[in-house]
Amino acid sequence: MTLSLSHFNAALLFSIFASVVFGITVRDKPRDQVRYGLYCFAMFMGGLIVAGWGMWALRH
Amino acid sequence: MATTPARKDALAAKPAAVTPMSVVAPVVAWLIPGAGHLIQKRWIRGVLLMVSVVTMFVLGLLMQGRIYRPNGGDILDILGFVGDLGTGALYIVSRVQDLGHGVVAHATADYGTKYIIVAGLLNFISVADAYHIAIGKKS
Repeated sequence: MTLSLSHFNAALLFSIFASVVFGITVRDKPRDQVRYGLYCFAMFMGGLIVAGWGMWALRH
Repeated sequence: MATTPARKDALAAKPAAVTPMSVVAPVVAWLIPGAGHLIQKRWIRGVLLMVSVVTMFVLGLLMQGRIYRPNGGDILDILGFVGDLGTGALYIVSRVQDLGHGVVAHATADYGTKYIIVAGLLNFISVADAYHIAIGKKS
């Protein structure tokens, strides 16, 4: 069985799982863990979109 | 139980006592992702860590990612092996089953390789967290 994800979906799944682990391990209290996990996810996705547009701008 | 600042200072001042749990938890956490938290009754954290690491590893394999063998060649290959090794039993089982040869024909196969490495690196963080809980540095 072979899974063929698009670049965006691969990055999205990567961001979700990495953010879950970062949230749990870096912060102490459950509320802080959720907030930090969401922050990491937003940074991952924000970086992805910025990098994507940056590459588009370089090409044009 | 939340760790107060005063308790944190006290913990930082003296070296952590070696307890059976402080040895067992990191080993179990490395071998089975998330299990180091589960044996310390951190059920939700343990399950979330287990799901995250195992899913990343399996997705990496399904994307035809490559699993690094022990090697002494290129530095990136050595680092890839170290990262892969972090997945513990998943790495051992996949080596025994001879999985993860990596197929260059797939455009996303390289993503799969990175998924597997990052799953191992995230499990290393999880091992450190399990140890900190075991010695009382983290609640």
